[in-house]
This record gives sequence, C-alpha cells and structure tokens, in this order.
Amino acid sequence: MEFAAILAKLTGQFGPRITGSNAEAIDPWAEVAPEALAEVCGFLRDEPELRFNFLHCISGVDYLHTDPKKKVDWQPHLEVMYHLSSMVHGHRLVLKVVLPRWRDNVQGQLPEVPTVSGVWKTANWHEREVYDLSGVFFRGHPDLRRILCPEDWAGHPLRKDYVMPLEYHGIRGR
Amino acid sequence: MGLERVDPEPVECDVRTDEILVNMGPQHPSTHGVLRLVLRTDGEVVLEVTPHVGYLHRCAEKIGENLAARQWIPYTDRMDYLAGMNMNLGWALTVEKLLKLEVPERARHLRVLIVELNRIASHLMAAGSFGLDLGSFTPFMYCFREREKILDLFELACGARLTYSYITVGGLMADLPPGWLPKCEAFLKDFEPVIDELHAVLTSNAILIRRSAAVGVLSPEMAIDYGCTGPVLRGSGVAWDLRRHGDPWYTRMYDGYRFEVIAQTAGHYPQDRKYPPVPAVAVLGDSWHRFYVRMLEVVQSMGLVRQALERYGRCPAGIGEPLRLTQKLPKGEVYLETEATKGQMGFMVVSDGSAIPWRVRARSSSFCNLSVLPELCRGCLIGDIPAILGSLDIVLGEIDR
Repeated sequence: MEFAAILAKLTGQFGPRITGSNAEAIDPWAEVAPEALAEVCGFLRDEPELRFNFLHCISGVDYLHTDPKKKVDWQPHLEVMYHLSSMVHGHRLVLKVVLPRWRDNVQGQLPEVPTVSGVWKTANWHEREVYDLSGVFFRGHPDLRRILCPEDWAGHPLRKDYVMPLEYHGIRGR
Repeated sequence: MGLERVDPEPVECDVRTDEILVNMGPQHPSTHGVLRLVLRTDGEVVLEVTPHVGYLHRCAEKIGENLAARQWIPYTDRMDYLAGMNMNLGWALTVEKLLKLEVPERARHLRVLIVELNRIASHLMAAGSFGLDLGSFTPFMYCFREREKILDLFELACGARLTYSYITVGGLMADLPPGWLPKCEAFLKDFEPVIDELHAVLTSNAILIRRSAAVGVLSPEMAIDYGCTGPVLRGSGVAWDLRRHGDPWYTRMYDGYRFEVIAQTAGHYPQDRKYPPVPAVAVLGDSWHRFYVRMLEVVQSMGLVRQALERYGRCPAGIGEPLRLTQKLPKGEVYLETEATKGQMGFMVVSDGSAIPWRVRARSSSFCNLSVLPELCRGCLIGDIPAILGSLDIVLGEIDR
C-alpha cells in the first residue's frame, strides 16, 4: 500500500486525531495526537489491509536550540518516532508524536505518552531506552526502568540541555 | 481401610527447596561480554531471567550529535565489533540516502565483497563460541583459525583487524591493494573443505545436538512480536532477509546477485544435500536451528563473495570520494536498516541542515534479540542458558552502544 492510501485509511478512522503528515519526506510520516497513540497502533497492527506487525525502532528526538544566535522556525519540543513495517504487505510507515519538553511546562516533569508495549513487545525495551535517554514517560508500561544508564543516574543524556555530571559515586567526570 | 483414615504420623518425605536469586555475569564467559542475568531459580529450574544491560554504554548517540556525519564511522565500528564492515555500511548508506549520493559500481561490488567476508568471520565466531558454550573447545580453534585469515585480508585492505572504518560515506577509504584478489580467492579455496569439517565436529555432533535441539524454542509469531531479526528470525522458519526484502536503497546493492534466503520453509532448507540433515529431535525455532542457519549462511556468503570478486574485477577504477567533513546535510530525517550479521541494524539521522547531524540513532539488532531471552528461558535448566544465549549470538557493544 502506498503512503497516501495508508494515510487516507488512518484519517478515515481517526479524523482529527491524525494531526499532521508529510508525504514528501524521504520516509513519509504521519503525526498522531499523543492520547490516541495506543489506539492508532492497535488499528495499524490488526487492520487486515495494513497489518503493521513489525516495530523496528522507537526514537526520541529533542528539539531545543541551545545556541541563541541561531534562528530556527520551531518551538522547543520533543518528538517520539515509531518506525513500523508490515512483513505481510511489505509497506512502511513512520509515526510521530509531538510532546512538550516538560509536562505542564514544569522542569523535571516528564511528558507522557501511552505505551505501545501491549501492541508490539519490541516496544518494551525500546520505551525503556527512550525513557532513560530522552526522558519520556510511557504511561502503562509494565516495567519502566532505566536500561542503559545506572538506576540512580540523574537526568536524561539525549536532552539537548543535559549537563554532564562532574562526579558519580566518587568517579570524576572531567 | 477407609479413605477417611488419616495417617497419625505424617512423614515429610519431600525435600524443601527455596527459590534463590543467582547472578550470572557480568563477568561470566558465556555471556559474550558484559551482560548480567539475574536468575530466579528453584533448584536447577530457572523460573525467571532478568537481563541487565548497559555495562558497555559509551553514549555513541550523544557523541554522534557532536561530529560530522563521516566522523561517526569509527564509532559504528565499535558497536558490533565482530562485524565492523557491516556497521560502517549501515551508517554510510543511511547518510547517502539522505544526501541521495550514488556510489560508483566498483564501490558497490567492493562493499558487497567486504561485508559478506565479514559476515563469514562473524558467523564463524558465533558458531565457534556456540560450541565453546556447550563444552567443545576444538571447533572454536578451527573457527578462529579461519577467521584469522579473513582478518588478515582485511588488514591488507585497510590496515585494521577489527575496527576498520573502511566503508565510508561516499564510497570506501581506499581501493584494494594489488595482489589482494588472488589472496582472497586462495582463502575461499582453502576454506571450502573446512566447512565440511565444521559440520562434522559441530552440526552433527551428538553432544551439541542433545544440548541444543528443542532448547529455547522461539515461535515465528513471538520472534516478530519481539522484533527479532537475522538468523534468530530465520531460525524460526521466517524467510525474511533485508538483502531481499529491505529498503530499495539497500537492496539495489545486491541487484543481480544470486542467493537464496536461508530459512526452513515447507519443511526443508534451500540447500543441496551436502550438509548434515536436520536431526529428528530438533524443533523449528530452537537453538540448533539458529546455529544451523548461520552455518548455511556462511556458504551463502561465500557464493556472494565469489560473485562480487568477479563483478568487481570487471568494473572501471573509481571507488567514490569520502564525504567532505564540511559538507552540509540536507534538512530531513532518514531511517535505514541493513541486514547485518546479527540481524537488522538500523540507523537514523535527523538533520537540521548543518554538517553535524541534529540527532543520530542506532537501532541494534542484538538489543531486540536479547529482549526475547526471558521468554525463551522460562522453565529451562540453568545449563540451558548458555545454549540459548549462544544461539542468539549477541554482541554487547551493539546492545549498549
């Protein structure tokens, strides 16, 4: 199925909860409202014509410019990207969820998105990784712990404003 | 004697057992690196396995945000350090896809040649260490001896034995030195009979079969659900290989190459009858099948190397120009997966239009393959864990990045 047909199916089913798309991108993507994500993913997996049964990757991308001299055309935000494909039909799709960098704009409150680990088991570890490195809270995740950093690590290293700690348990960082 | 009669002196005849937690690793040799498994055991039976990863985390993705695209190539080497060429290729193709950068024909065939050679080396390591995990030391040395010869070839080509940085964005760092092709052909000729030896000491070895057949059975549905790829997925009987089914930007590298996807479909493997048959005790998706898929892929890769040697020899000179470090990347996001030796290795680059990527991402195949371990080990014996882990063939450098 081509991207346009997949997108038409999605917008037909979910209407305004598909908040954006880009068919011109090298990997065409559709943007989903965070609260509808789990439902959309379940639909993508189970709908006979779509059958997105393979989740490749979940990645968190932080958009925050730390250089004030550089002009950018976007507001600071956080994106979570889901790369899906169907081994049945051979088509691909990228889903995006746009989140605020902090929930309610309170520093330290992680933005929330529903887990998709009930849809694809791959998501279990990938969501733990995104939580660990990019600082996104996956609501409903069965075991949301840090995975690559130690359990008592502070901060989320792939945030653009992350500051490398100078000391960790007596080990000097610099 | 009525059934209602109660024995006045009950004798306790069963031995009380308690569940205990056992730490396996991070310095355990059969964990293939620094992996810690916490086992909840009841006697010899494993009730639950919890993998703890991250001991080798080197912030590769964060580093990538501070380097030009081509400068990240050496960091990809250090992910799957047993198949550095395949890692280089994955990142190079991803950036080339963003730049829409074509490489010359000669570079294309040289890439196929070198990554398939590396696949042989990596699968040899997997097969040898699988035997080592199950208690046979000699085949490990046989595999290492052959792998050494491949590393010697790589050393001649690029100067390094493990961290090559040979394939780069825009092509390759150098063409092959004079006299390399005959050496490679000689290696293939010498290696052919060794495969039969390996099959004799490993594949059809009664101990190896008893230790691995019907151990850690992974169903195709579970494999797909957990995102398992590569020989782990194909060992479950799913004929899925990105060299055939992947992104066109990747599959066209293999245009015109003849090979069959190695997986048992409709009850048989695509093979001539030269190799040992599947033992009756093996179940599709078990540790033995995952091992066998790798052994057959070694032969498949040899075929691809031979084809690449011939095609490479016919191409005019020119292996592409490495990307300049100041070259600006177009704005956009690109994700590409390639069939590395452990499975599908994905790279993503997000660019804001400057020479330094805004965000880089590496999707590790071993990471997903390992995540299925708790499912495979539930209810098995402690002694089966090295067999299952060895058959998954993980590399911790790639999991932890």
